[in-house]
Amino acid sequence: MPTSIPEQELMEPGHTACQGCGATLAMRYVLKALGKKTVVSVPASCWAVIPGAMPNRTLDIPMVYTPFAATGASISGLREALDIRGDSDYNVVGFAGDGGTADIGLQSLSGAMERGHNVFYIMYDNEGYMNTGVQRSGSTPYGAETTTTPVGLDRNFKKQQKKVVADIMMAQGVPYVATATIAYPEDLIRKVQNAKKTNGPKFIQILAPCPTGWYYPPEKTIEVSRMAVQSRMFPLYEYSMGTFRLTRPSKPVSVKEYVQSQKRFSHMDEDEISILQEEVDRRWEGLLEKETH
Amino acid sequence: MREIGSKTSIMTGNEAVAEGVRLSKVGFISAYPITPQTTIVEKLAEMVANREISARYVEVESEHSAMAAVFASEIAGVRSYTATSSQGLLYMHEMLHWVAGQRLPIVMSVVNRAIGPPWNIWSDQSDSMNQKDTGWIQVYSESNQEAMDTLIMGYRIAEDSGVMLPFMSMEDAFILSHTSEQVVIPDQELVDEFLPEFHLDFKVDSDRPMGYGSYSTPDGPFMELKKDMMESMWQSANTIKKVTGEFSEIFGRDYGGLIEEYMTDGAEYLLVASGTVASTAKYVAGKMRADGRKVGIIRIRYFRPFPAEDIVRATKDAAHIGVIDRSVSFGSGGTMFNEIKAALYGRSDIPVTGFVAGIGGRDVKEDDIEGMIDMMAAGKEGTVFINTRGDQ
Repeated sequence: MPTSIPEQELMEPGHTACQGCGATLAMRYVLKALGKKTVVSVPASCWAVIPGAMPNRTLDIPMVYTPFAATGASISGLREALDIRGDSDYNVVGFAGDGGTADIGLQSLSGAMERGHNVFYIMYDNEGYMNTGVQRSGSTPYGAETTTTPVGLDRNFKKQQKKVVADIMMAQGVPYVATATIAYPEDLIRKVQNAKKTNGPKFIQILAPCPTGWYYPPEKTIEVSRMAVQSRMFPLYEYSMGTFRLTRPSKPVSVKEYVQSQKRFSHMDEDEISILQEEVDRRWEGLLEKETH
Repeated sequence: MREIGSKTSIMTGNEAVAEGVRLSKVGFISAYPITPQTTIVEKLAEMVANREISARYVEVESEHSAMAAVFASEIAGVRSYTATSSQGLLYMHEMLHWVAGQRLPIVMSVVNRAIGPPWNIWSDQSDSMNQKDTGWIQVYSESNQEAMDTLIMGYRIAEDSGVMLPFMSMEDAFILSHTSEQVVIPDQELVDEFLPEFHLDFKVDSDRPMGYGSYSTPDGPFMELKKDMMESMWQSANTIKKVTGEFSEIFGRDYGGLIEEYMTDGAEYLLVASGTVASTAKYVAGKMRADGRKVGIIRIRYFRPFPAEDIVRATKDAAHIGVIDRSVSFGSGGTMFNEIKAALYGRSDIPVTGFVAGIGGRDVKEDDIEGMIDMMAAGKEGTVFINTRGDQ
């Protein structure tokens, strides 16, 4: 069956990511959507390591590494300088993890979006500080066990709900905001290409499951990514020029089924799963309302 | 000397610096406001608005972002500029290392201001002295003219292929930044002759894709890259002297080299200072010379690279050396004092006294400097805080 996924490969073999890494597929699809005239800025994150030690590159595009909090500001500087050079046809992409976006990089991201530079900010969301060994981030969902929210005698799993940066970006008035995940590559690529039609800032949050940090077998990455959408744990939406469109899962599953697919949630009892299910339902209702407005 | 095309104007240090940025044909400016830097960036924003400079100005949300933005614009090959002070410079610290390690010849102005708490907007050098290990060239000016000229020279020095290091140009808060004096503004053609267009041979280019700053293992080139930075920093001393000489030929203003020597011939007591305190010290030296006391002043212009050889040479016949620091390393001593002692170690037996003065903008007056000379004459050594309450 023919697909809409471009054949061009800008990611070469030999990267050093874990088996079953969702973040690696996220980058591969984003670059397929954007093509070679693209520069990517990457802060401290798994993606600062995945291309390998210098002089290895893995990606066939210029890649600028920056400190943790610098993604938003660095894409601002790159965009303006490329425009000054007359190279306005470059795609300028910030590609940061959820810690680098929801936590330490939020100020820089918000500033860049507010100023309205013609840039892409891609947040690849693996719901924790995976590169440093699975610590809790603002984007870690309720219930997850991480190395800094360990389930000991006090059951210190993450007690707070996920901070959804895409929702914050919509509230801020960013002209193009979308969520996507690697189980639906055609949807992901279409959203990146749609984003490109917006001359201004665009933010896409891509759920990138992480077998190392979520504790599931690496061959299950696509399945887990799909279940996150079907369970509404990670709703897919597109917000463009004030129009909001929410994707209804074709085969809904319960939050319980989703959390049972990953060991990071294995300690959760029925009450705790209900708390998470209620939050998921509450957020879904909110998104439905957004659609009708 | 050729006939100089220029005009003379009365302006503050910050206005003079902004003129220097305009004349250097900077293409990208990004900054975050902080007193007393603000009037530089306000002036630049005005110049951009009035098309007096063909640059883009991006108003970021923090100093960390200001340095990250100019890091990125410079790596894309556009000559870039920012300015800050005090807490803002500290907030940039991480990015300062990043810019130097990436070998980007960005020029930044720092209007020297104290670090809190307590809050204090007045002048001392704690902010920039705290950045001495970041791999930036550091220079301290004592006049508005020098601040402007140093800015222009900064791009020449930093962008030299044998240097390729960022350049931090200091002026004292208020004493220079907000005080007006006569400044000669050269014609653009003269500056163009002195400062060529910027070309970065490793700029971002999708036809020549590179990784900028990917990681290095302990066995990778990491340590060699740091050694190379050290060598470039030492090499920059020659470039600074060469460029300062060329500047003098074209513009007729000679700043010497890394240090300025004032009445050092036959001086028994040599006082080392930087910034505007050196101006006061020079005035006092002149007075004391008239009274028959052999006092000389060494003004440190460049603190990085550290002018160790110049200091050893210039002090070799002195009886006693005093160092005035407007910053202190708690539990150790004045920043310049420590480095001067290290430079003299094994090469000189001359006693050295450290004077910590002018912290948080406290005035350093003629009397204070005369008192320092008296202490040196009395053989006082170690570190002394000058003009603090409770002093005898």
